[in-house]
Amino acid sequence: MSSITADGQAAHAHARNEFGVGEFLSTYVFSRDHKVIGIQFLFSTLLWFLIGGILAIGIRWQLAWPWSDMPVIGPLLFSAEGGQISPEFYTMLFTMHATVMTFLVIIPILAGAFGNFLIPLMIGAEDMAFPTLNMMSYWMMWPAFFFFGASFFVAGNGASSGWTSYPPLSTMTDAAPGSGLAQTMWLIGLTCVGVSSMMGSVNYLTTIIQMRAPGMTMMRLPMTIWGMFITALLQAFALPVLTAAGFMQLLDRTVGTGFFAPEGLVVNNSAMAAGGGQPLLWQHLFWFYSHPAVYIMLLPAMGMVSEMLCCFSRKPLFGYKPMVYAICGIAGLGFIVWGHHMFVSGMNPALGMTFMVATMMIALPSAVKTFNWLGTIYGGQIQFTTPMLFSLAFVSMFVLGGLSGIFMAATPVDVFIHDTYFIVAHFHYVLFGGTAMAVFGAIYFWFPKMFGRMMNESLGKIHFLLTFVFLNGTFFTMHILGAAGFPRRLADPYHYETFRPLLPINQFMTICAILMVASQIFFIVNFFYSIFFGPKAGRNPWHANGLEWQAPSPPGHGNFDFQPIVYRGPYEYSSPDTEEDYYPQTQPPVEK
Amino acid sequence: MGRFWSIIFLSIPVLGTAIFVWAAMGWYPLEGHWFPELVVADDSVDHLFYTILWLTGIVFIVTGLCLFWFLWKYDHQKNEEPAQYSHGNHYLEVLWSVVPAIILLFLAIYQMDAWAGARMRRPMLENGQPKPPLARVTGRQFEWLIQYPGDDKKLDTADDIYLINELHVPRDEEVVLEITAKDVLHSFFLPNFREKQDVVPGMKQFVWFKPIKDGKYDIVCAELCGWGHYKMKGQITVESKNDFDAWLKKAYADQELSQYKLAEAE
Repeated sequence: MSSITADGQAAHAHARNEFGVGEFLSTYVFSRDHKVIGIQFLFSTLLWFLIGGILAIGIRWQLAWPWSDMPVIGPLLFSAEGGQISPEFYTMLFTMHATVMTFLVIIPILAGAFGNFLIPLMIGAEDMAFPTLNMMSYWMMWPAFFFFGASFFVAGNGASSGWTSYPPLSTMTDAAPGSGLAQTMWLIGLTCVGVSSMMGSVNYLTTIIQMRAPGMTMMRLPMTIWGMFITALLQAFALPVLTAAGFMQLLDRTVGTGFFAPEGLVVNNSAMAAGGGQPLLWQHLFWFYSHPAVYIMLLPAMGMVSEMLCCFSRKPLFGYKPMVYAICGIAGLGFIVWGHHMFVSGMNPALGMTFMVATMMIALPSAVKTFNWLGTIYGGQIQFTTPMLFSLAFVSMFVLGGLSGIFMAATPVDVFIHDTYFIVAHFHYVLFGGTAMAVFGAIYFWFPKMFGRMMNESLGKIHFLLTFVFLNGTFFTMHILGAAGFPRRLADPYHYETFRPLLPINQFMTICAILMVASQIFFIVNFFYSIFFGPKAGRNPWHANGLEWQAPSPPGHGNFDFQPIVYRGPYEYSSPDTEEDYYPQTQPPVEK
Repeated sequence: MGRFWSIIFLSIPVLGTAIFVWAAMGWYPLEGHWFPELVVADDSVDHLFYTILWLTGIVFIVTGLCLFWFLWKYDHQKNEEPAQYSHGNHYLEVLWSVVPAIILLFLAIYQMDAWAGARMRRPMLENGQPKPPLARVTGRQFEWLIQYPGDDKKLDTADDIYLINELHVPRDEEVVLEITAKDVLHSFFLPNFREKQDVVPGMKQFVWFKPIKDGKYDIVCAELCGWGHYKMKGQITVESKNDFDAWLKKAYADQELSQYKLAEAE
């Protein structure tokens, strides 16, 4: 672990003649190095990102040209039905789109890929506290990949009771084509993802608390690390509840318990034996995890964006402490707002009022963060690099997604717009407009550290421009559909005459969505070309302050070729104490 | 290029506002579809929506313009001032914490009455008892079963009237409906009435509203209930009290003419 040569490459990397199959496996496959694990997470999640995107195109196709033959894909998949998407297949599409995007893309790409890669580098540690546990957290994802992937090929072509998997639809095998084996596989897959996240979060917490470099106090941590730290806490507290709920549903399905099924159900004209349970119980347990999960999908992204905004404005972060308190505030309030998903579920209305007040209040720390980001770029020297553009897009889109949340938080308004496209607009602005933009920015930003080469700026900017334009083309008009009462999850909304005039809007959105997925080709080409042929990056290509930029690019095993000692916070750009416009955390203070 | 990117970001508040105005004015293709025609006496949902739209709209436009202006002004190729070495401003932090907090608290308290009206204050009879339901609506895959109590005003007796997907209610009266489900979750959604309530098997719930406009409107299922979810469509008809009574009498007569007796139908 300590065998690092002067140029920072691990010693064994030079001994190529000893490099056999065993070494290959232990270096690139079953590696315990946090950087390799991070990159493994990155590749796996980006692959699933593509799959999730293709599922979304299926949804959009049906909404724009219902019951028409889907070109190319239709004949391949449903030649028996003449190339049409069937209603049960449509139900599967949106269920699996959301499942894949939430559990196999956003959560693991933030915590798994960037959490793993960045935490030890940014706090000046040589690896995670528990490298083997870290490796296992990645390999626990593979059973999940298997179960989710294989569920496409069993009866029903995948789970189809929505990503929220509300019983009794999900627990009664007769209730829907996808409620059989596919739903069982979905639950097992979900449990594996949960165990993986749990292993990761224990590791992150220990590493951040125990392994910071000398001088790296908690109030000198980069915002990314704060985001990861609080995220790990949220996972550690909320995940056991989801895992338990998942097992309860599994028992309901397999051995005939009745946690979530009331007595006297008649499904498909046959009376159900189980009883004595309550469907709302699942919703409470599910959202007790899945609402904090919304912040798990957001806080690390907020941290990474803070990093990039400071670096490319050449300015210190505006209000570091308020930003930290805001993250803590979001996390704390995040535990008492889950009921806002259930305002019209049949929950006690008095409880709904309590959740409404808490939900209104959680908008406050989010607003504080937005104002501080604007304060950060104010008076800077703004460099419009690709990562900066994606970060600015995050801020711009997060404002939209945050403000539209206030409509849903207002209980009487939620009665009307609940389960309409308004909510679909809201969470796509937060998760795609927000988190996905931050992730793209972060890939462009830390790519030189991961692979030692720069990504192409022109291709990056084309990718940004197309994604940003088509993202808004796809999602903005969803607000309008929502205000027209257009419900989500309908295979054919035009079955209702009221919604038929909205068809042209849907066709416009679908065209934008197809173009948005197509423009990712610029990213894919840029990514793979740059891994092999991009210009070599030095240690600190962006002139940033963080510890990771003092390590070689890419860092060898053990990360640093010197013992990092931290003298200041991570955002000392344009400091009057130094002639450069940046002041790395490890640079000793200039004697005056 | 800084100028170009600033304008791209400016387009968000400009186009965003334009699209909302377009929709609210009801131009093509939204003629009359931005908020479907309201047919109940209580307009608090629409009122609250517009209140929030104004408040958030202002924040959206102001933050969008700030973002644009900062990008335009502090582009490093044009800006000759050095970057400001500033770590924040205590007064600003207090200001932009307290002001949103007050606005959010105001919104939270302001909406409580509408929520209580929609969910807690069930209409009363003159004797102080809660008003009994006009009908029971039961969701099941993939239809709405409608059950009227008949002359004895009691549900589940011999003179009950059974219908499928066809609900009639009298105008200018507080209507209470009992809603429940037989198999999985459904959601009883009346877009024109601004009413939505999930129906849960094993739970008996009540919704109420006061229709003021005659017509036929959609009953939409808004909670995923299986492959046929999209076609779980019912119709609610609002008509005068006299028309309603006549219709109910005819529905009962039609049912009695049928050769099936209730026991067999069940």
